[in-house]
Amino acid sequence: MNAISVSGLVKEFGATRALDGLDLTVGTGEVHGFLGPNGAGKTTTLRVLLGLLRRDAGAVSVLDGDPWRDAVSLHRRLAFVPGEVNLWPNLTGGEVIDLLGTLRGGLDRKRRADLLERFQLDPGKRCRAYSKGNRQKVALVAALASDVELYLLDEPTSGLDPLMEAVFQEVVRELRGAGRSVLLSSHILSEVEALCDRVTIIRAGRTAESGTFDELRHLTRTTVTVETAEPIDALGQVPGVHDLSRDHTRARFSVDPGELGEVLRRLVTFDVRTLTSSPPTLEELFLHHYGDDTRVPDASDAAAGLSDSEAGRGSPR
Amino acid sequence: MTGRAAGLTGMVALTRLALRRDRFTLSAWVLGLSAFMAGITAMSVSGLPTRQDVIEQTELMAGNAAMRMLGLASGASVGGYTLVRGYLTLAVLTALMSTFAVVRHTRQNEETGRADLVGATVVGRYAGLAAGVVVTVGANIALSALLGLTMIVNGQPMAGSVTAGASVGAVGIVFAGVAAIAVQLSSTTRGASGIASAVLGLAFLLSGVGNMLGRADASGLRVVSAWPSWVSPIGWGQQMRPFGGDHWWPLALFAVLFTVLLAVAGALVRRRDVGRGMLPERRGRTEAAPGLLSPFGLVWRLQRGALLAWAVGMLGFGLVLGAIGGEVADMDGSARDWYTRVGGTDRIVDAYRTSIIGMAGMAAAIYTVQILLRMHAEETEGHLEPVLATAVSRARWVTGHIMNAVLGAAGLLLLFAVGMGVTAGRTLGGGVAAQLGDLTTAALAQLPGILVLGGVVVAVVGLLPRWAGPVSWTVVMASVLLGPLFGPSLKWPQWAQDLSPFTHTPKAPAAAITMAPVLTLLVAFTALAVVGIVTSRHRNLALPA
Repeated sequence: MNAISVSGLVKEFGATRALDGLDLTVGTGEVHGFLGPNGAGKTTTLRVLLGLLRRDAGAVSVLDGDPWRDAVSLHRRLAFVPGEVNLWPNLTGGEVIDLLGTLRGGLDRKRRADLLERFQLDPGKRCRAYSKGNRQKVALVAALASDVELYLLDEPTSGLDPLMEAVFQEVVRELRGAGRSVLLSSHILSEVEALCDRVTIIRAGRTAESGTFDELRHLTRTTVTVETAEPIDALGQVPGVHDLSRDHTRARFSVDPGELGEVLRRLVTFDVRTLTSSPPTLEELFLHHYGDDTRVPDASDAAAGLSDSEAGRGSPR
Repeated sequence: MTGRAAGLTGMVALTRLALRRDRFTLSAWVLGLSAFMAGITAMSVSGLPTRQDVIEQTELMAGNAAMRMLGLASGASVGGYTLVRGYLTLAVLTALMSTFAVVRHTRQNEETGRADLVGATVVGRYAGLAAGVVVTVGANIALSALLGLTMIVNGQPMAGSVTAGASVGAVGIVFAGVAAIAVQLSSTTRGASGIASAVLGLAFLLSGVGNMLGRADASGLRVVSAWPSWVSPIGWGQQMRPFGGDHWWPLALFAVLFTVLLAVAGALVRRRDVGRGMLPERRGRTEAAPGLLSPFGLVWRLQRGALLAWAVGMLGFGLVLGAIGGEVADMDGSARDWYTRVGGTDRIVDAYRTSIIGMAGMAAAIYTVQILLRMHAEETEGHLEPVLATAVSRARWVTGHIMNAVLGAAGLLLLFAVGMGVTAGRTLGGGVAAQLGDLTTAALAQLPGILVLGGVVVAVVGLLPRWAGPVSWTVVMASVLLGPLFGPSLKWPQWAQDLSPFTHTPKAPAAAITMAPVLTLLVAFTALAVVGIVTSRHRNLALPA
């Protein structure tokens, strides 16, 4: 059984296709990373999962329900941290936490106190007086103080300092320990690498890759550094070898997945002295998908187009 | 550069930015107000064909205390009469235009963090405020010229028309100064607008009371105001007496006050941190009170400040309008005709009570629409997203707003009726208890009509969210203009008058309340509300990026 399963999801804003056949599966009890650059469609996906936006095509199921039709009953079983935290300026942080928790169906007072302590948040200040990081903490405590099955977190650590980020990671690990499911949208690779069991990479509204880190690494070239007794020649012509740089008996190159065995057989003939092979880092994985991508349709711009353009002109309310 | 000069560095660029941002907003204000002026001038020209008409109407406005509160008569002329009827509206709206414009370019920038972005560039400490004030003053000068022009085009004398335009623009400019101080005091856009609006309300009341307590001179056509008018900028504007002497010297009062206000604002800018206000930030509750923890409770919390301000205003106007009720008993001529037509009865006291309660109903309708439009603001400002991500359905959220609007409107009407009843018990006879009974019943009879307008807002927010504000306010304006206050005088065809919910509102206490129209209005409200709730349920949310 999956906490979230999405297939072929399409969402259009006028002429812009923000989501273009997205697939996403989050297993129950799994912490799932949702990676992508700005404007790839992460926030739009989360809003569809919450039933705030209606899908144009595709199948979406959240906790075995339809997020549009069963919004209210599903929302009792999940908690959400929005990417852009807009709080009521004249309510205090404590009031917002209680309000959102109660509207969700109740929050754990002990957990609330514990999270306030751990995130070092003063609940007596009015929201307009909080810094960006503190507003983020209000949204985090409001969501994490609820005992629910699924947590949808949209770039939850933006604005947090490294200490608070560590607290956040600790809390997410506790959630996983308690068997909760988490969808963590992010573009901070180290955070995803530290927390997530599996990851989905989204690009221009489509799923680029999905799997465990190990699986994803298999899709990417391994970097090999080798020193041999005899001078290396003819390696450049071996299929699957890229970015070769060598001087006499040393060489450094990358190898396509699946070709490593053949390359090693060739290397043996030069009498290998030392050899190091490093798996691709997440950064390389990420750049592999985005590095050549100069233009992605900006889904967040399209969503903004839906909202009141008066706001941009800024009449005071 | 040093000192003061450096403090204004970047002002020109910021002024151009402000002009660019406001090219539609301020243009709409200026053109809308000019159109209003053109409309009321044309109405006076066509409504007062003979000199005798002008004299009769002006005598009426000068001789009656209630009428004196609405405008200052300065002798018999078509232009002068136009200003008696329209000056307060123009002055108040122009002051609001100025307030909003200055707030938009100062405190709003600080609240949203844009000011930090700009302040980090080569920009002086006063440049932001100066740019906002310059643009606002410019808009007021343009407005003054256009207002004068519309009167000239309508055939009014040149000197009076120009004075009229200046008397409105001067109020707007002074309120740019008031807003310049308000944005230093409060750390929020809403708070700053609230402070400036409170000052405006005070200026409005002082000029009204000053004129009410004034006396008509020997001719019976010109009112000499009492002192409260002289401590209000709106009063000064009236004392310029367009078409009745064309006094220009009150402009000196405006100039002195504006200079003082700007100097104070500048001194406050020097003393405060960017992003903060002079008023201290109070600490609040660390845990929510149980009353907050529902969509209804949240809406109540968000609008209770506005409701309190409205409550004070409605109670005050109720007391005053009851107190001056005695004046209507010996009214005759066309003033009497107006009340009897609006009230639908020949008994003048009943006609007066009915028309005044009707006006209170329209005021409460404006409150209702204002509160329900918060729904749209909550949605586009991003406050709705986290709420709907909880177990709150869109229907429950909309219902929370409707309940607040209905209860708020009912409370305001009751306060008005109680205020009016307490004073009318003496002036209109019949005793306080009887007046209270009649007036509270009549006030509550206004609710169904108000609800229909509320239903329109709910439906528009569901169906056409991007146009919620303009469409809702247009419907309110049309309902007032087609309704019993103006409809018959403007000679609209009956079918057009029937479009206004106010036309169907019972004419209590003059006439007995019948169930049929009340039920029709309630059915219309329910239908509109259901349309709004259902469409809200079926559309994408308009969310910030």
